[in-house]
Amino acid sequence: MDLVLTEDQDLLSKTAADFVAEHSPVSRFRKLRDTRDATGFSRELWKEMAGLGWVGIPFPEEFGGAGLGFAELAVVLEQLGRKLAPEPFLSTVLLGGQALLLGGSDAQKKEWLPRLVSGDAILSVAYQEAKSRYDLRHVTTKAEKAGDGWTLTGEKIQVLDAHVADALVVAARTAGGETDAEGITLFLVRKGAPGLSVERQSRVDSRNAGLVRLAGVRVGPVDVVGEVGRGGALLERVVDRASAGLCAEMLGSMQQAAEDTFAYLKTRVQFGVPIGSFQALKHRAAKMYIELELARSCVMAAVRAVDANDEDLERLVSLAKARCSDAGVLIANEAVQMHGGVGMTDEYDVGFYMKRARVAEMTFGDATWHRDRFARLSGY
Amino acid sequence: MADLETFRRETREWLTKHAPSQIAGIASNDLEGNWGGKKATYAVPEMKTWLEVMAARGWTAPSWPQEYGGGGLSGAEAKVLAQEMAKLRLPAPLIGFGLTMIGPTLLQFGTEEQKREHLPKICRGEIRWCQGYSEPDAGSDLASLKTRAIRDGDHFVVTGTKVWTSYADKADWIFALVRSNPQAKKQEGITFLLVDMSTPGVSVRPILLISGKSPFCETHFENVRVPISNVVHKIDAGWTVAKALLGHERSMIADAFGGGQGGGQKTSRGSALVRLAREHLGDGAGRIPDPILRDQIAQEELDTRAFALTVQRAKDGAKAGHRPGPESSIFKVYATELNMRRHELMVKAMGPAGLGWEGPGFDEGDLEVTRDWLRSRGNSIEGGTSEVQLNIIAKRVLGLPD
Repeated sequence: MDLVLTEDQDLLSKTAADFVAEHSPVSRFRKLRDTRDATGFSRELWKEMAGLGWVGIPFPEEFGGAGLGFAELAVVLEQLGRKLAPEPFLSTVLLGGQALLLGGSDAQKKEWLPRLVSGDAILSVAYQEAKSRYDLRHVTTKAEKAGDGWTLTGEKIQVLDAHVADALVVAARTAGGETDAEGITLFLVRKGAPGLSVERQSRVDSRNAGLVRLAGVRVGPVDVVGEVGRGGALLERVVDRASAGLCAEMLGSMQQAAEDTFAYLKTRVQFGVPIGSFQALKHRAAKMYIELELARSCVMAAVRAVDANDEDLERLVSLAKARCSDAGVLIANEAVQMHGGVGMTDEYDVGFYMKRARVAEMTFGDATWHRDRFARLSGY
Repeated sequence: MADLETFRRETREWLTKHAPSQIAGIASNDLEGNWGGKKATYAVPEMKTWLEVMAARGWTAPSWPQEYGGGGLSGAEAKVLAQEMAKLRLPAPLIGFGLTMIGPTLLQFGTEEQKREHLPKICRGEIRWCQGYSEPDAGSDLASLKTRAIRDGDHFVVTGTKVWTSYADKADWIFALVRSNPQAKKQEGITFLLVDMSTPGVSVRPILLISGKSPFCETHFENVRVPISNVVHKIDAGWTVAKALLGHERSMIADAFGGGQGGGQKTSRGSALVRLAREHLGDGAGRIPDPILRDQIAQEELDTRAFALTVQRAKDGAKAGHRPGPESSIFKVYATELNMRRHELMVKAMGPAGLGWEGPGFDEGDLEVTRDWLRSRGNSIEGGTSEVQLNIIAKRVLGLPD
């Protein structure tokens, strides 16, 4: 597991950087926000990214994918993160797509993955509930037996890209108590299913999320993703992969926020000199850089661990997520502080990075959560 | 890759055959490691045998050229050798500043004659080196050093005081920065000299630290005659050499404090810190009972792993032919801060048991932990303070203005 980009990965990274610079400057994201765009991202751009093969990177060729790994996906996500591109990688490729890839039946995979890879289907996973915080096992949404199927009742919050998803993978309890590891089952629920309602939510980072209500939604045995009662372990695997991918995005965002700040320190003049000449700021800038470099190493290790199916994958993911969460927030906060008054204005992009850093921090568990998990997995 | 696997197999066989069984598990640290030199001591007699067989194969300096006593191994082969040695729990056959600091510097700047004279002796562990950089009035501002070197025919006559010379009382030679041109700008009048410490006029006095130990000395030079042939690089161009050597020193410090453990390796499931916390706080059914200390320990373990991965990334990059990236500039500052935090946490985990200096009522191992904590406070000072390192990162990596 060498922590170095291969020539192909390096080339992919450069291609992605060029594409993002040309088609997705932060001004594009700003416009989507300002116009309260109904979709919340660009479907044309998503199709273009699919055309470039990016959407299909981690999916096997039999479904139209590139048959590559998370190491490749990560270099693309990092470039997208740099410019806060809101296209649905996290919901569709990292959550919904991985749930089907790891747990889906042949029929489910055949039906959904080719359409996902071509950019025609949006998927997501509805796992978070009002009281679950970061505990994936905290599932109160009920799946009650009805004939040979089930009816689903409950509410999921902040489901990524929910209002545009063609199908949702929903975590529901078929057995056990509120926080039991066993007894969770994942079900595929299609858009428009009777009893399903989706309401768009507005979060600080202006990215897509929705409130998903299930009022007696009927699902059958063909809709089970993975095994009945064993969905908790599958969900954890999916979220580990999604976390590794999210960390790559976070890395890109913090890299950009840091670079923008370093550039500002060189050009902003006060007391007749560039403020970057002040040691009080220099040392903090150097610490931002250190945090960035350490985060990069952890992200590279985590995505490679996904590809190698490393037995230490869970700890490496928690390591990456803990560090990226803390580093992302630190760098974003310092970026605003070092920009001074203009950093507080909506007109400057730096605020977007701070908002996104906060949301990303609290997606899939914050640093404290992952340190606890790391310690638990290490036996202390 | 097939060749590398062959090399791995042959290396393992050779090590199994030649490593004395008594040395497995001996640490490559200050206390137990082989430092070599005329006053060499060995943790066990077999450590001497180990040094000799490894030196004969060139594996005390695996990646140095064979003509100077090294092993001539590629980066990948040297990594395999280190991995195989780790698997057999074999200590380094030789440690010290010859291998980590002056050797690489001579390979870069030395004359052919200097390389042939000094490198083989370093590889065989015959000569132990120490460093003469800092002075009482030249710490972070190293270039303001005053030890003067006055030309007298084919010699320099050196007079002055060097401080923080590590293990000078045990060393045979010293590499020192001296002021050869007091008229030039401060960085431009410095020469890098190799001095035999048995030359008349050299004297050494150990310095007692807050930890109660004396790893450092003050070294005095009084009219010490040093041949001009012992100048490394050019007269008055020693600052260039000094900076390069500081780079070697900082990467050595980084290696010593965890980077060298390699990120590919799993974090041990019970580091000394975790074991100590368990011992003093109780096992708490598999969970360190103080939740705040537990979080701090987890943070430290995570940071250690993140750092090891960063060192691995730099090494993997070098192996792939990339030039050393800016990430290496963070090693010294981060490695030392990490090590210091670890020692703070160890003392904190011990509680009142960590307050002993010596004598009854205290466990010998615990006393050592406390002394090590005191010693660790110097990590962010020696080899360039953390503040100086941050300045370097801000200037050279981020390009922030003066």
